[in-house]
Amino acid sequence: MTPINHYSFSTPDAEQRFQPVLTSRYRLERLFSTVALIATLVGLIVLAVLLADILIDGLPRLSWDFITSFPSRRPARAGILSPLVGTLWLLSITALVAIPIGVGAGIFLEEFAAETTLAKIIEINIGNLAAVPSIIYGLLALQVFVRIMEPITGGRSVLAGGLTLSLLILPIIIVSTREALRGVPSSIRQAGYALGTTRWQVVRDHVLPIAFPSILTGTILALSRAIGETASLITIGALTFIAFLPTLIPITEGLRSPFTVLPIQTYNWISRPQPEFHNNAAAAIIVLLVVLLSMNATAIFLRNRSQQIRND
Amino acid sequence: MSVLIKARGRGQKGENQETKDNKDEQLILLLPFLPLTFFHPSSALRPLSSPILYPQKPMISSASVTNVVDTESVLQVENLSVYYGSFLALREVNLEIPKHKITAFIGPSGCGKSTLLRCFNRMNDLISGARVAGKVRYRGIDLYEANVDPVDVRRQIGMVFQKPNPFPKSIYENVAYACRINGYQGNVDELVEQSLQSAALWDEVKDKLKQNALSLSGGQQQRLCIARALAIEPEILLMDEPCSALDPISTMRIEELIKELRQQYTIIIVTHNMQQASRLSHMTAFFNTTLSDEGARGGYLAEFGTTAQIFNSPIQEATQDYVSGRFG
Repeated sequence: MTPINHYSFSTPDAEQRFQPVLTSRYRLERLFSTVALIATLVGLIVLAVLLADILIDGLPRLSWDFITSFPSRRPARAGILSPLVGTLWLLSITALVAIPIGVGAGIFLEEFAAETTLAKIIEINIGNLAAVPSIIYGLLALQVFVRIMEPITGGRSVLAGGLTLSLLILPIIIVSTREALRGVPSSIRQAGYALGTTRWQVVRDHVLPIAFPSILTGTILALSRAIGETASLITIGALTFIAFLPTLIPITEGLRSPFTVLPIQTYNWISRPQPEFHNNAAAAIIVLLVVLLSMNATAIFLRNRSQQIRND
Repeated sequence: MSVLIKARGRGQKGENQETKDNKDEQLILLLPFLPLTFFHPSSALRPLSSPILYPQKPMISSASVTNVVDTESVLQVENLSVYYGSFLALREVNLEIPKHKITAFIGPSGCGKSTLLRCFNRMNDLISGARVAGKVRYRGIDLYEANVDPVDVRRQIGMVFQKPNPFPKSIYENVAYACRINGYQGNVDELVEQSLQSAALWDEVKDKLKQNALSLSGGQQQRLCIARALAIEPEILLMDEPCSALDPISTMRIEELIKELRQQYTIIIVTHNMQQASRLSHMTAFFNTTLSDEGARGGYLAEFGTTAQIFNSPIQEATQDYVSGRFG
C-alpha cells in the first residue's frame, strides 16, 4: 500500500518549490492507523474477556430448571423465574408509559413548538436530564411514586418501578425521536404543506412514516438501558427474594405486586460468600444478555424491514 | 361540512370570451375557511355570513382587449416587503399578476424572486423569522390578513419546487393523497388519471401506478409533482425553478407541459434561465439586488412588463445588461 522507493514525477524545478516528503507523511499515517487499531482492540478484548469469564462460570449452571425455578437459599436449587418475569413485566410497563410520552414530547418539540426561549430552555434541560445519575431518579421515585402515590402504586410495586424507569429513559426517547424527525428532509414537509395539508397531516402522513424506523431504534435502545438498570430500583426497594409470580388478573393486582429484576438478583448473588451463588450470578447475567441482545436484534430487524417497505 | 355559496357572477360585458370564468355563476368554496374558525382567535370577528369575497375590480371595456396582457389580474401585490429577521430581503414590491398568463420572475441570486413567490402561498410562514409587510390581494382579500388560513391559501395556490419532491409512496398515492386530504368527493381513480394526463405523465406510468414514485426519473418525478399540484384544481400554480435540477430533454418536456397548462391556470415561474423565460412567459418581472444603508444586499423589483418589452426594449440599463447576459 505504501510505496517505499517510489518514482518521483516532480521536475527538478518543482522540487525546489514543493518538498512533499512523502516518506514521513506515510510514516505518520501508519502510526495513526496503528494507534486507532490498538484502541479498537482494547475495547474488543476487554469485552471478550468479560464474556468468556461469564460464560465459563455461568454456562454449566444454565439449564431449563435454572430458568423455571424461584430463588432459593440453596444455590443448587435457586433459579431466576421471578426476576426474569419481573424484568419482562417491568419492561412492558416502562415501554407502555415511556414510549407514548417520549415520542409525543419529541414530536411536539420538533414539529409543533415555536422556537421560543422557553422551548430552548426545555430542550437544554432534556439534554441534561439524560445525564442525571439514575440514583437521583431513584430518590425522586421513592418519594413520589412509592410514598406520595402509594394509594395508586401500592408502594414498592412493579408499577412504581416502571414509572421510575420511564422517567429514566424518557429523555433518551425524546432526544432520539427528535433526531429521527430532524432526519426527514424538509422538502417532504414543504411538499405536504404546498398541497394544503395541516401540520398534523404532514406529521402523520409523511414525517412519521419516514422517521418511524429511527424512532423505533432509539426507543428499543432506550429500553435496553432500562433493562440493566439497578441503582434506582434498589432505591425504591425492589425486593430480592420473591417466590411468586405477579397475578395478572385482575391487572391492578399485577401492577401493584412487589417484584425483583435480573440485575438486582445478580447483585444479590454476587454479594454472597458462597462461590456457587457466584456461578448463579454468571448464569443470570447470560440470560440478561440474551434478552438484551434479542431486543437489539429486534430493533435492527424492524428497522431494516420498514426501510425495505419504503424502498419497494 | 361543505358549504357552497353560489354568488351571482359579474356582468359579462368586458370579459374575454375565452376565459374560463365566463359563467353565469361563480362557485366560491367557503369550506376551507371553516376549520380555522375553531382555532383562530379572531374567528369570532368574522361571521360566516360576512360578505364574500369577490373582488370589485375595474372592468375592462371589450373594445380595448387587444393586447395580450390587458386582462384582469389575479394577484395584486401592494408595497410588499419581506424580512428575514432584521434583514430586508425584498423591498416594496408593487405588481399585478395577470390571469391565465405565464409570468416569469428573473434576476440574479438573492434578488428575492423566490421569496416573493413563496409569499403567494404563504410558504414563508414556515421559515422562522420571516416577516411580511404590505399586501398580497387574492380575490380581493389580503393573504396576510389575520383571518386567512394559510392551509386554505395553499389549496388554491399550488406550488412546484426546485427539486422534485414526491412523497416516498406509490405514484398513485402521491396524486390520490392530494385529493383525499382536501376531501375530494368524486372518483379518486379518475382524478388521478386525469391529473397524470394533464401533467403528460399518464402514458409513462399507467402500468406501474403502484410503484414507488422515487423509482421514476428526475423529469418524471417533477411531472408527478405537477400532477399532484393539479389534482386539487388550484387557480394559480407557482413554480420555483422547476427545471433547474433536470436535464435538457426533461426540461423541454416540462416547458411544453407548462405551455399546455397556461390555458387553464395562472402560472408564475421563477427561473434562472432567460431563454426559458422568453420562451414561456407573457409577462416578465426583473428583480435586482441593491445595497441597503447598512450594507446588506436585498432585492427589489426593478422592472415589470411584457416579456417582449423586457427582453427587447427594457427601460432600465440593469435589465438590459441582465437579459443580454452581461451579469447575473
